[in-house]
Amino acid sequence: MFPFRGVDYMDIDSLFSEQERLVRQTTRQFVEDRVIPIIERHNREATFPLHLVRELAELGFFGANLSGYGCAGMSNVEYGLIMQELERGDSGLRSFCSVQGALVMYPILTFGTEEQKQHWLPRLQNGTALGCFGLTEPDFGSNPAGMRAVAVRDGSSFILNGEKTWITNGSVADVAVVWARLDGVIRGFLVEKGTPGFKTSDIHGKWSLRASITSSLSFQDCRIPEENLLPGARGLKSPLSCLTQARYGIGWGAVGAAMACYDTARQYTILRKQFHDRPIASHQLVQNELAWMITEITKAQLMALHVGRLKDAGKADFSHISMLKRNNVWMALETARRSRDLLGANGITDEYPIFRHMCNLETVKTYEGTHNIHTLIIGEKVTGVSAYV
Amino acid sequence: MKIIVCLKQVPAKDSVLRIDEGGQWVKEADLTWEVNEPDAFALEEGLRLKEKHGGEVVVLCAGPPRAASAIREALAKGADRGIHIEDEALGRADTFTAARAMAAAARAESPDLILTGLQSDDFGYGQTGVILAELLGLPHATIIMEVEKRDGSIKVKRELEAGWFQYVEMPLPALLAIQSGINKVRYATLMGIKKAKTKELKRLTPAELGVDLEPRQQIRRVYVPQKTKRTHLLEGSPKEAAAKLVEKLKFEARVL
Repeated sequence: MFPFRGVDYMDIDSLFSEQERLVRQTTRQFVEDRVIPIIERHNREATFPLHLVRELAELGFFGANLSGYGCAGMSNVEYGLIMQELERGDSGLRSFCSVQGALVMYPILTFGTEEQKQHWLPRLQNGTALGCFGLTEPDFGSNPAGMRAVAVRDGSSFILNGEKTWITNGSVADVAVVWARLDGVIRGFLVEKGTPGFKTSDIHGKWSLRASITSSLSFQDCRIPEENLLPGARGLKSPLSCLTQARYGIGWGAVGAAMACYDTARQYTILRKQFHDRPIASHQLVQNELAWMITEITKAQLMALHVGRLKDAGKADFSHISMLKRNNVWMALETARRSRDLLGANGITDEYPIFRHMCNLETVKTYEGTHNIHTLIIGEKVTGVSAYV
Repeated sequence: MKIIVCLKQVPAKDSVLRIDEGGQWVKEADLTWEVNEPDAFALEEGLRLKEKHGGEVVVLCAGPPRAASAIREALAKGADRGIHIEDEALGRADTFTAARAMAAAARAESPDLILTGLQSDDFGYGQTGVILAELLGLPHATIIMEVEKRDGSIKVKRELEAGWFQYVEMPLPALLAIQSGINKVRYATLMGIKKAKTKELKRLTPAELGVDLEPRQQIRRVYVPQKTKRTHLLEGSPKEAAAKLVEKLKFEARVL
């Protein structure tokens, strides 16, 4: 197999600036050199390549589209291209950066005090501190409004109780952004590693996002100092605004996973010969699949780019990002399945990246708002009637 | 130390090359471009020398407008400024023409050290650096594996054949043609990419430098090596034919 050279059927590259292409190139090269050679082993062993954290940080990938406190201040399109290239490597790697940037650094920057920003953002940016985001609970996934986690004021601190689960990086995080009710209102708390009563345990036996750490968090009478409350966050819209940031990155990331699968299948079908010593790419049924995939990838690229330009102009709505996430992840999963099929038996081994991407994308379809929840967000947008009440 | 690093933009490795209609070059519209790999090692060596000894790294490129992206990449990696001798014809210039253009620009800079890659990944002549040194009247050394700065001079390690190396001490200013693999090339960081936007990239035309682009060398025809297949029947008795076959396998095919 040849190295990955990108997928661009319709000269979409001409819509990117020189700087945007350079950002993509640096990320692509890093993934090719540092991720592709090791990712299958990490996936097999169900470990995250933590040794890459320092390099990811040095390159500026954590909180890349945020400004100040050491962040790179990239545009949203540049950030999207980074996510695309990282997920071309593995969804777990992209998830790691999504969580650190969109779900930890973003809420601290948006809702935090100056002290919180000064303390955490440079550390999170340079990778000396890792973060996680605790919203989902064992009984509340798609309906986070029902959360049971609760904080009660006690003098100059809060006592936090509750359970969070499906938390990426939970057990390696130095700080958890935890959402809980305080006087009936959902608020955000920075819970530091080592806080008495704060325990984490990893979720094992995953068939998906294996090269990523997924944990459960438990809080039993955790005393959280007053200064660890995010003052600017009130109500469910605050954590949802973080998810909008992360979903935006997923919308691009999924394109990367799809590109990896499509490109593998395209190369494979050209080399693989069957029936009269002809490549299987010469079969109409195979071309039908490749044509479907490249068309869907091209549409997804254009949608991601358009939403990115809207976001840079301050005009992207969460409902736009829902459509981006829903469509592009569905497209990527479908592309992975079709690519797997084209590789026949070879498609089920980890000699090729497709099955790994396919399994990963099942998670990506589910987290950060399931496919169906995004259907309902779009439905509400076009009808004005909410379907999840 | 003021260091000039010469940079060329070439078709990306593993590009699918198609010969153009004129049969004299490849179809450029199909290609993606990248920094010539040996030049990337030269740039890295320049950046390391600057980080160690202070000074400035200036990137010098004689190339068509598209090559600006290669200079921008070098600036993003940490070069201080760039000089682009810009002309569409420089994309396919021969070594002498490219060296003459770069010599004119380099002379005005009076650098302490000029670094080039050993050769380009497209033409692969390995001559541009050497001609550039001659035009500037500078001492030069090629196939450099190590550079050590001393007081007013440098000591370099040259790769010879069969695992042999040569150590040479040279006065400055000098020109070195850097061998690939001399160091580990860095990535452009996002912060570096952002910073590159504010760095100086000076554009010069060959006319401004007083250089004509009249080629000294011409490519007459570019073609894909042709595969030919011939069947040769060995005459004679089986014994004679077998003897001839063995002879051919030994001396023509050289597989025995």
